[in-house]
Amino acid sequence: MSAQPANNTPPDMVNIEIDGKAMQVPKGSMIIQAADKAGITIPRFCYHPKLAIAANCRQCLVEVEMGGRPIPKPQPACATPVGEGMKVSTRSDKALHWQRDVMEFLLINHPLDCPICDQGGECELQDVALGYGRSVSRYTERKRTVADENLGPLVATEMTRCIQCTRCVRFMGEIAGTYELGGMNRGEGLEIGTYIGKSIDSELGGNIIDVCPVGALTNKPFQFQARAWELIARPSIGYHDALGSNLWLHTRRGEVLRTVPRDNESINECWLSDRDRYSHQGMYTERLHVPMVKRDGTWHEVQWDVALKAAVDALREAGKDIGFLVHPSTSNEEGDLLRRLAKGLGSAHIDHRLRTLDFADAPVARAFGTPVAEMDKVGAALLVGSNLRHELPLLGHRLRQAVRHGAAVHAVGSLKIDQGYALAGETTVAPQHLPSAVLAIAKAASAKSELTPSSALAEALSGVEADAAAEAAFDALSKASQAVVVFGEMAATHPQASWLRAAARYVAEAAQAGFNELPLGANAIGLARGGVLPGEGGLDARAMLAQPRDAYVLYGVDLPYDLADDATAMQALLGANTVVAFSAYAGRSLRDVADVILPLALLPETDATLTNVDGVEQSLAAGATAPGQARAGWKVLRAVGGELGIDGFAFDDFAGLRADLHEAEAPQREGLCPREAAVGGNALTRVATMPIYRSDAVLRRAKALNDHPLTRGAAVRLHADDAARLGLSDGGRARVGDTRVLPVVVDTAVPVGAVWIESAYADTASLPPYGAALTLSKA
Amino acid sequence: MSRITSYFKSLLLIEMFKGMGLTLRYMFKPKYTMRFPMEHIPKSNRFRGLHALRRYANGEERCIACKLCEAVCPALAITIDSAPRESDGQRRTTRYDIDLFKCIYCGFCEESCPVDSIVETSIHEYHFEQRGENVVTKQQLLAIGDRYEQDIAADRAQDAAYR
Repeated sequence: MSAQPANNTPPDMVNIEIDGKAMQVPKGSMIIQAADKAGITIPRFCYHPKLAIAANCRQCLVEVEMGGRPIPKPQPACATPVGEGMKVSTRSDKALHWQRDVMEFLLINHPLDCPICDQGGECELQDVALGYGRSVSRYTERKRTVADENLGPLVATEMTRCIQCTRCVRFMGEIAGTYELGGMNRGEGLEIGTYIGKSIDSELGGNIIDVCPVGALTNKPFQFQARAWELIARPSIGYHDALGSNLWLHTRRGEVLRTVPRDNESINECWLSDRDRYSHQGMYTERLHVPMVKRDGTWHEVQWDVALKAAVDALREAGKDIGFLVHPSTSNEEGDLLRRLAKGLGSAHIDHRLRTLDFADAPVARAFGTPVAEMDKVGAALLVGSNLRHELPLLGHRLRQAVRHGAAVHAVGSLKIDQGYALAGETTVAPQHLPSAVLAIAKAASAKSELTPSSALAEALSGVEADAAAEAAFDALSKASQAVVVFGEMAATHPQASWLRAAARYVAEAAQAGFNELPLGANAIGLARGGVLPGEGGLDARAMLAQPRDAYVLYGVDLPYDLADDATAMQALLGANTVVAFSAYAGRSLRDVADVILPLALLPETDATLTNVDGVEQSLAAGATAPGQARAGWKVLRAVGGELGIDGFAFDDFAGLRADLHEAEAPQREGLCPREAAVGGNALTRVATMPIYRSDAVLRRAKALNDHPLTRGAAVRLHADDAARLGLSDGGRARVGDTRVLPVVVDTAVPVGAVWIESAYADTASLPPYGAALTLSKA
Repeated sequence: MSRITSYFKSLLLIEMFKGMGLTLRYMFKPKYTMRFPMEHIPKSNRFRGLHALRRYANGEERCIACKLCEAVCPALAITIDSAPRESDGQRRTTRYDIDLFKCIYCGFCEESCPVDSIVETSIHEYHFEQRGENVVTKQQLLAIGDRYEQDIAADRAQDAAYR
């Protein structure tokens, strides 16, 4: 069988035989990889295709014959490279004997607590023990026990069950990049832990649950809730960031009990960010179950027909002066219906860019220049105002893989962010100086490339000097065979974002690098393509709140946190005659401003399509059941539009709705906002970022995520020098503006002249927006 | 000839006397009838009747919410919800319902139970008066277990050698 003519073998392949099956496999691959490809199962615990090979569980021992002579000792299939003419037996008497013996060793210290173990039913050890374990143990001595550690609110531990495969240790080091787990002691004393009893603070930490082959690490919010066999897995898409991670919703009786990753090599590989994994808790907290109508200042729960009539009457009465504010994670279909609704009502004021402050260049989210799947292959990257690990956790992981392969990453921004790897260069300046810092790189680009900048940019560049850091950043980009400029959320929400964008885009073009602007919202690209943008003479999201309208439609907006300038927004909304809200939640602020609230189903509960950062449209079918009388947004809009008699609402089903979906790439516009003078005196410029687990309505209600250390709570973070100058001390309290008092944290991440106040906390709501000058005083 | 014989047989009521003789014989034989419910026929200790949830001697419920009984039940009569217990975080059921209309009394639940919690007692006389009473809840099952623990334990002890 192995009589393949030698000249048929490509130079980088070798001929091997596994269980009598001849095959050609790439040189340097391991036996287990060849076997997996051929569909031959070898039992294993420590081997994971995405992690480094450790070969410490020894479960994959096989019998190997090389050059006609059997290797006398058992070989681990995961760590034995293939060789020409190798013959492997995975099921021979000897191999099976070895595998059974290893199984017996592994079971010596493994507790027999499967009935109370959450992994029961989906446990790799259980499965392998069924095939290779003895039915009766010969071990009568005491089993070892290991003290548990508290790894935080997301991962439950039962370390006695650990079989020391070290997959979690390797994951935290190689993929998450935080090295938060390690092995202590040797031999039988080996214990996996954090060394110092801290919790796992990584944004990808939940993945250790999936890699753990036993029940040592399990899902804490899901703890003891259900068995694997009770759950129905429904394919879905992550909707908290624009990556659109593929995932499975594990549901029981229509309720999502947990979320696990669905393999997609070009998006999330086999990982899932904690944000997507644990957000389902928020779907069942404070949900609005019934339509509500406000009459004479008090809220009444009403039937759908009553609420729809109220909404339709209000919209009809409001006429043309309606501002439509659409949350950027709204699906393409709902977005298109809202566009049709606005058009039918004669309003041009519709926008989804709720977090944008600078509309000078009419920015819209666009697909990445360098696709996600290429991000781990880039040779250089420039991060402009990005906390990538929090903004798109799995993209941060991809870039980190690139760094592990030698990529040089430079960062310029208003905060010194721990990206999980050593940056090749970093410039951190207060927000008002950020445009200058990015222009300096553009200056370096203009000096070293032939690409001529636009006239406005050229004029600005003439007054800028490129420093060494800027030169180095551009050199790294231009020298790398593949490079990328990542334009982060902190840049896109900057009050002078048009300058940052123009300069960064110019740098990317000059260095022939991809320009990846992170979309502000899970479906911002889809909504931009779908035309959920101001029409002819229409006002953008900020302008329609700064110039109050008579009436507003809020779609999926969680007040006040979803709006960039929430103080102005709340004023405009409170002053409006009519506010019709479509929302899955009825928060206090929404109740204050709205007149009608129609309960919506959330994305996992509806049929929808979302467009991800690569511009790929991904569709998802309803996986869970919406609670109470909440209904899918497109059905509610269908009812509203149909009642109003507007064109484009005559479809019968979802397919009919999709049939005439509008799609057009919004034109790219040049335009720069006026440069503001730097603030002087005692004032500090606010840096406002959205905390990773507070970035949308669902996350804000997900309990475990809000208990996570990354949800740090409202605080004023500032540089030690500024703190000393203002007489503030770490742990003290500061008065912000006139009334607000917040705890003070002296933070090395913050440059002089800036104050970092994270938004989306109750205590930081309605503060002046990003870039505003704040005066702090001791409280 | 046979016609003549049958003529005489019917004339002399011989068959009736035979029948009456049988009746007379049974009058003096021991009676099969039980005066239920004052009297019961003997039952095997393996009888599979009404379900119960047992406790340990210290009062702790045995059930650990492993859900094996729910998984093994061929009639899908068992519904379990579980969660960490609020007081100490242990794995416990928050709901343990058995629909006795669905149950086929096969005893698989008892066989699958790793902690001998769910058992089928020898109680076979029970009834429902209201719609919905056929679904017995965790509290009811535990109460049955508490009340008949001695009988349950005695039945199991008798059978222990064969398990």
